[in-house]
Amino acid sequence: MSQTLPRQLVDTQMSVAELRVKRRESRRNLLTRVPVWVLIGLLLVVEIYPLLWMLLSSFKTSDEFSTGVFWSLPTGLVWQNYVQAWTSGMSTYFLNSILTVFPSLFLILLISLAASFALEVMKFRGSNVVLLAFLAGIMIPLQMVLLPLFTIYFQTGLINTRWALIITYTAFGLPLSVFLMSGFFKSVSRTVIEAAVIDGANIYQVFFQVALPMVANGIVTIALVQFFFLWNDLLFSLTFISSDSLRTIQVGLLNFSGQYGQVDWGPTFAAVCLAVFPTLILYLILNQQVIKGLTAGSVKG
Amino acid sequence: MEIMLRDRRAVLAFVGPALLVYSLIVPAPIIWSLGYTVFEGNVIAGFQFVGFHNYAFLFSDPSFWQALLFTVKYAVVVTIGQVGIGLVLSLLYVFFLGKASGLIRTLVFFPVVLPTVAVAELFKKIFEIVPQYGLVNSLLHLAHLDASIQPWLGQGGSAFWVICTMDIWRSMGFYAVLLFAGLVDIPGEIIESAKVDGASGLRLIRYIVLPLLTPILFSSLIFSINGTLKVFDTVLALTGGGPGQSTTPLTLDMFNTAFANGQYGYGSTLATALAVLSLFVTLLIFRSARSDVA
Repeated sequence: MSQTLPRQLVDTQMSVAELRVKRRESRRNLLTRVPVWVLIGLLLVVEIYPLLWMLLSSFKTSDEFSTGVFWSLPTGLVWQNYVQAWTSGMSTYFLNSILTVFPSLFLILLISLAASFALEVMKFRGSNVVLLAFLAGIMIPLQMVLLPLFTIYFQTGLINTRWALIITYTAFGLPLSVFLMSGFFKSVSRTVIEAAVIDGANIYQVFFQVALPMVANGIVTIALVQFFFLWNDLLFSLTFISSDSLRTIQVGLLNFSGQYGQVDWGPTFAAVCLAVFPTLILYLILNQQVIKGLTAGSVKG
Repeated sequence: MEIMLRDRRAVLAFVGPALLVYSLIVPAPIIWSLGYTVFEGNVIAGFQFVGFHNYAFLFSDPSFWQALLFTVKYAVVVTIGQVGIGLVLSLLYVFFLGKASGLIRTLVFFPVVLPTVAVAELFKKIFEIVPQYGLVNSLLHLAHLDASIQPWLGQGGSAFWVICTMDIWRSMGFYAVLLFAGLVDIPGEIIESAKVDGASGLRLIRYIVLPLLTPILFSSLIFSINGTLKVFDTVLALTGGGPGQSTTPLTLDMFNTAFANGQYGYGSTLATALAVLSLFVTLLIFRSARSDVA
């Protein structure tokens, strides 16, 4: 699990650059390159067209849906679909997702950062066992805990509250976060910590003021990865939440299409776009970080 | 320095909260769940001890076998699809696109971050037949292949492939990036010297690149198979397990048994079966990985 992200990046660019040179040297013939470009073009159409179509469809009227062919363009920008989607539930689902995902994220970060700091930087007997126990959690099917958790939340009155989701999200966010974060802490220079100690810092000051700023990249990565997991959760929120006013986006969407049945695709796709594009924009802004984060732990691990 | 890093109270303060939350919500319920398997009933109606009846019933339950078959079939197809296409894409990124691959990597990664239910709505529309033809049926109509026009999601056989297609479409970008990160870690000199020795094209990939990529390929396989054996969101959002029971995986079977039928004991037994299956497959891959490397 050696965590050498910056070095890895340098290596990446070097070997890719070398390969480019190699490629230019061995003059490939055009006949093999053209089909591959066609293939790449096809790939992009397959990946992007459905998303584009989704966006366009969110502006179609129900008439356009029933009379036009699949790939027809909307005749105008019908914002009415968005207004209808937003007022018939999506605003509530959005708010609920925000109110469960962000507190969970905060707790995951706080708890997993502290734990992985102790596991990686501090020395104590059994630290390996603890780390392994967290790792085992990555493999457990969620179905194994669903019924007992339902029972616990039912008996403590937490069922059908945001707390049920926040507690569950936090616990299930820990394994991957502790795993990735330990990797980031491994690369923190010990001399800096020693210097801080000599300057009279106690262990808590070392954690908050010295170690945390040095793993800022890791924190952003984990926050993002966990954000996507939690924002897209379906199983837990389907199980623990039954009242419509507390539903999160995914479950809300599930019921949203049912509400309109086959009839009204316009508002349905407006709702889908409302759910999709925030995550897409967030991803676009921070995509390098996401990709690095997802690969750092598993590849370097 | 040493004394501070070994401070027991500080360790407890740092690790305690994580360990507490985690043990209460993950390991403890797992053991509890195992306890449920020898009972029948639910939280509202009360429980009754039934011994190993649930396990005996499991083996004679046709819907369990059907769900198991679906789960395994799905996991195999989607894992091969995800990791296979991911591998091809990653080779394309490194050996064909080189530095220009950044944008394409980003675009192909798009669907990975999208909510499953949203993607499922999209796929429902793409494979729609009534009241309007979706994209697939429209294209078939355009190509004068009207005989092939069918209710893709309305029949178990084709619905299976729609589910697989959607999940491969969604996640191939993820595996492409994972394997890409492994590929760029292969030292340029190795590939260069192989080229000097006359290896090129597919032979270079087959004999030099793939063997060096094996560890990450195995991680990807384990990751993928563990994810696909637990498929839930996609199926629920696309078909709801239907028509009939034809596209019901173990996870959904468990969910329905536990929450629709209120059978906590048998539901937990199904969950246990799934956990055993995941563990078994993971160990199997680990073992073959070890014998492969050795």
